[in-house]
Amino acid sequence: MSEIDLRIAAPVNGSAALRAAGLAAGTILILAAPLLASEYWINAIIVPFLILSLAGLGLNLLTGYAGQLSLGAGAFMMVGAYATFSLQLRVPDLPLPLALIVSGLIAASVGLAFGIPSTRIKGFYLIVSTLAAQFFFEWLFLKFPWFYDGNSSATISLPRGLTVFGLNAETPHGRYYLTLGAVALLTLLSFNLVRSQTGRNWMAIRDMDTAAAVIGVPVTRAKLQAFAISSFILGVSGALWAFAYLGSASVQSFGLSRSYQILFIIIIGGLGTIRGAYLGAAFVSLLPLALDWLFQHLFSGHVDAGLLQNIQKGIFGLLIMWFLVKEPEGLARLLGIRLAARRRLFPSSQN
Amino acid sequence: MTTPARPALQVKNVSLSFKGVKAISDLSFQVEAREICALIGPNGAGKSSLLNILNGVYVPDAGDIIFEGEHFRRMEPLEAARRGIGRGFQNNALFSGMSVIDNVITGLSRHSRLTLVEEMFRLPRARNEERRFRERAHEVLRLFGLDRHAATIVGTLPYGVQKKVELARAVVAEPRLVLLDEPLAGMNAAEKQEIATVIGRLNRDLGLTIVLIEHDIGIVLELAHHVVVLDYGRKLADGPPETIRDNPDVIAAYLGSERTEIAA
Repeated sequence: MSEIDLRIAAPVNGSAALRAAGLAAGTILILAAPLLASEYWINAIIVPFLILSLAGLGLNLLTGYAGQLSLGAGAFMMVGAYATFSLQLRVPDLPLPLALIVSGLIAASVGLAFGIPSTRIKGFYLIVSTLAAQFFFEWLFLKFPWFYDGNSSATISLPRGLTVFGLNAETPHGRYYLTLGAVALLTLLSFNLVRSQTGRNWMAIRDMDTAAAVIGVPVTRAKLQAFAISSFILGVSGALWAFAYLGSASVQSFGLSRSYQILFIIIIGGLGTIRGAYLGAAFVSLLPLALDWLFQHLFSGHVDAGLLQNIQKGIFGLLIMWFLVKEPEGLARLLGIRLAARRRLFPSSQN
Repeated sequence: MTTPARPALQVKNVSLSFKGVKAISDLSFQVEAREICALIGPNGAGKSSLLNILNGVYVPDAGDIIFEGEHFRRMEPLEAARRGIGRGFQNNALFSGMSVIDNVITGLSRHSRLTLVEEMFRLPRARNEERRFRERAHEVLRLFGLDRHAATIVGTLPYGVQKKVELARAVVAEPRLVLLDEPLAGMNAAEKQEIATVIGRLNRDLGLTIVLIEHDIGIVLELAHHVVVLDYGRKLADGPPETIRDNPDVIAAYLGSERTEIAA
């Protein structure tokens, strides 16, 4: 037990006025971001960053909070994307936001079904079950043309583009606000949930499942709830990834590497924290840019693009290992230590 | 609902074995409502295994458990908790990544009546329940002198404090019977006395029936109304502490050299 540990665990006692001001400034900045950022930044960096954060959040509820390892994130995103496509194509009267919700519910029931093995097996063996979801849906959505409406490229894109209650959202600003709305709402709901009894039940199962059952935690129900909620969020994020970011998608957009990417996001960002998903997604989104910039400056662009990609993968691999060994709680905790240290150095900022 | 005439718990002819090795053989005893019953015996006597049978972690090979008049061939852990059997573990089984208060509130799970939607949107019912749970948890934390640790992550606390958190979690849901596995182990004399006092008060003031395993004979004789002595999975003696202290079998098999200490 060190002093640092105790300090981090203590609630952050920033001055209320300062926090409110910070929150207001943050909100204004987030709402005004499209006016400040270039179209390239919105389309290629900010929107995918937000969607990856959402996907990370979804997986973090299951893996970081409830302790159920999953390599099926891509599969549940895929289900959400294909469900949204089908709904928009076949139920044209259903507005996009409602279609997203229904798709989330479809993904949730799929997640629930693939979560059933978790009531009997855990850890390594559970990964196999979620991996089965990954391969099953890649096969399913390619095998039956009904899922992609039989078009020759086997890709899906919204028949009427992104329209939100009649408004065209097919602009960078539209994509941004649609994504932001979904991400903000789902983050808020998740935040409420992890602070409630369900969230405590999840963490109890993660930390010690036998004791959880003995003290009265409904372990089976809580695990299945974690699968369902997590898959709901992943489903919505998959639909956004397909239609608000990519525009048109295929099963390859949600392959196993996507599942790994989402898992890396929460490992790097911090398992079992809400902000971890954001930090991890920011890291994953910005690292390629940073490396690109670095190599441009160091070697004035003489590095082969393929090599650069491989170097990126190598760096990711090393970072994952470093995080798993040194800081299993990820960036969220590293930043927490910084904040705690600052509070110690400048006690006046704390009252 | 318990009448003084009916025992809170009866264990009837219970046997348990692990891969052919008998851990408990044909054990019977009963615990009256509102009493503190101490299980004593050397390591490996089957004490912890018995507690695990009582709240459903282990399934006995034979025998019955009668809890508040109802017969069980076996308990399910969740069922035991719902019926009001609380439990503290020998090696702390706390949720190490959670704060002290969250650990304790988790013990209230069986009283939660919320739906996911109510929790997600923090509807009035959810806020109400959360407030009640938090107040109840603080009440129990105060009882154990743990208020100042409420927000601390439990894994960072010293062992003795963790033991208290575990006790707080075991009793927060107002169980009717609580099973405590060496609640005083690893504590210093002052801490032991403090916790023994709290256990005594829980029993006296709240009428809680307690079955506890404890090695400190001094504390057992002071606290328990009833002592059951186990050795190699069999019952060696069963009765009020005074008779146990003087039982030659017990002295020979278990107390041995500690006799002088007791006499003193």
